[in-house]
Amino acid sequence: MSDITSQSLTSLVQKIKSKSLSSEEVTKAFIDRSEKSKELNTYVTEDFSNAITKAKKFDQKPNFDLKLPGIPMAVKDLFCTKDIRTTAGSKILENFVPSYESTVTQNIWNEGAILLGKLNCDEFAMGSSNETSYFGNVQNPIDKGLVPGGSSGGSSAAVSAQLTPITIGTDTGGSIRQPASFTGTVGLKPTYGSCSRYGIVAFASSLDQAGPMAQNVEDCALLQEVISSYDKKDSTSIDFKRNEYSKELSKDIKGKKIGIPKEYRVEGMPKEIEELWKKGIDYAKDCGAEIVDISLPHTNYALPTYYIVAPAEASSNLARYDGVKYGFRAKGENLIDMYEKTRSEGFGAEVQRRIMIGTYVLSSGYYDAYYLKAQKVRKLIKNDFDEAYKKVDAILTPSTPSSAFKIGEKKDDPISMYLNDIFTVPVNLAGLPAISIPAGHDAAGYPLGLQIIGKAFKEQEILNLAYAMEDKINFKNKITDWWIK
Amino acid sequence: MSIDLKTIKHISKLSRISVDEQKAEKLAGDLNSIFEFIEKLNELNTDNIEPLTSVAETTLKFREDEVKSENIREQIIKNSPEDNEDFFVVPKVVE
Repeated sequence: MSDITSQSLTSLVQKIKSKSLSSEEVTKAFIDRSEKSKELNTYVTEDFSNAITKAKKFDQKPNFDLKLPGIPMAVKDLFCTKDIRTTAGSKILENFVPSYESTVTQNIWNEGAILLGKLNCDEFAMGSSNETSYFGNVQNPIDKGLVPGGSSGGSSAAVSAQLTPITIGTDTGGSIRQPASFTGTVGLKPTYGSCSRYGIVAFASSLDQAGPMAQNVEDCALLQEVISSYDKKDSTSIDFKRNEYSKELSKDIKGKKIGIPKEYRVEGMPKEIEELWKKGIDYAKDCGAEIVDISLPHTNYALPTYYIVAPAEASSNLARYDGVKYGFRAKGENLIDMYEKTRSEGFGAEVQRRIMIGTYVLSSGYYDAYYLKAQKVRKLIKNDFDEAYKKVDAILTPSTPSSAFKIGEKKDDPISMYLNDIFTVPVNLAGLPAISIPAGHDAAGYPLGLQIIGKAFKEQEILNLAYAMEDKINFKNKITDWWIK
Repeated sequence: MSIDLKTIKHISKLSRISVDEQKAEKLAGDLNSIFEFIEKLNELNTDNIEPLTSVAETTLKFREDEVKSENIREQIIKNSPEDNEDFFVVPKVVE
């Protein structure tokens, strides 16, 4: 690994500021490594030559007051980037070039960062393994033939393989935290309303949230500080006092109360996950936190609720892809035939499945039985967290019920794929912030993650807990560069 | 409950996705197993529970209705799948 790409974001920022590295050197180092890493299939679209031009421009007239001065980075291909193709991992958007920029990416460029390219993801962020992408599977840098998680699978793989110092993903049911856990990286899903949804290709609007992915907690905090902002262009953006997360980062978590929900001890959970969780509890205790047993009684109902709410919103959001104004169009005998063929040929199987589920639960005669019922159970799930947070400051759970699985292993069994998100989905339904940090390895040497769930708007609190625990855990990712010939 | 092929055809029409026999059968199988999983919610009594429509506990803010993007027709039309200069083109709808 190169001396440059193995460094943390925080270290790269310092070196650029102290002029011991130029933006061009840093940018070229990540591009060189990306060029050698095509086999991972992390990039859908590269923008390398523009990146070098921008880096040179930065070096000629540097502004060291910025938070990401001349730092190159790639982003998930779900964020609209002006004049750069944005596909959402779908054939239907294969040739779509946005005429505008998402707020989150604009915030990043405003702080001096430089776009390297757009990263692979599950189609419309629907998936947990990156296998639903029209642009092919992504390889997990941990081992050949292993999924990187999803939907932000290109993002997690790119950070883990050091093809980008940091990145951003989106998380609707676990799409930042599960891939972070599968690749030994850190991923934060912020509170709903913290980061603007403007310019992010919509999946399920009441659940979608953008967040940072990084090699460590400090980098994650810095990126969260940059992307989180109140935005008038997103009607559910919330105007609250945002911290300077990286500056206020502290390892002092003495006396913090951490809840352990008994319902997360699910049947059939591998022993190594159970052990990881126990170790996590010990780490938290070592840091001076107090452990409290809690109950989140409706946990088991979260996934069924999610698989009504998310497809319902998706079926509505994806109605816009009709082959008229942008995107792929199939030939049809008449207008309706054109719509039906465009959507049948343009969307992949999982997306069609979810549109069908969503259409069904919203259709006349079934709305009350499914959609309304799910919204009521969603309330019960949120109430569980509200009750728990009267007693504790945060909640500690495993991030996923297993380590990364093999490509193809779960592809034909939607339910077994959905079960991957059993620990992450309740957080989205309740709109809470949660972070996944790497905390150990299984017998095969694959990384395992722990999840810390916080109160709404208390990103600083969970970042601090993660920062303190990260220090105790002292995780080392086992990357062998197997894909570099 | 079970989702039959007739229901699949109906949903496919509502969602404007064409489905042939083979695909319909595959979808029926998938949707049935997913709905079996979803039926778990019926274990819960939710009679007196208020539905949660949004976790963002804010009322929508009003803003002035003003034009902020001007002269972007060309940019917008550029992404249209049919070649044209001024309009979105669709198959003929009026005989």
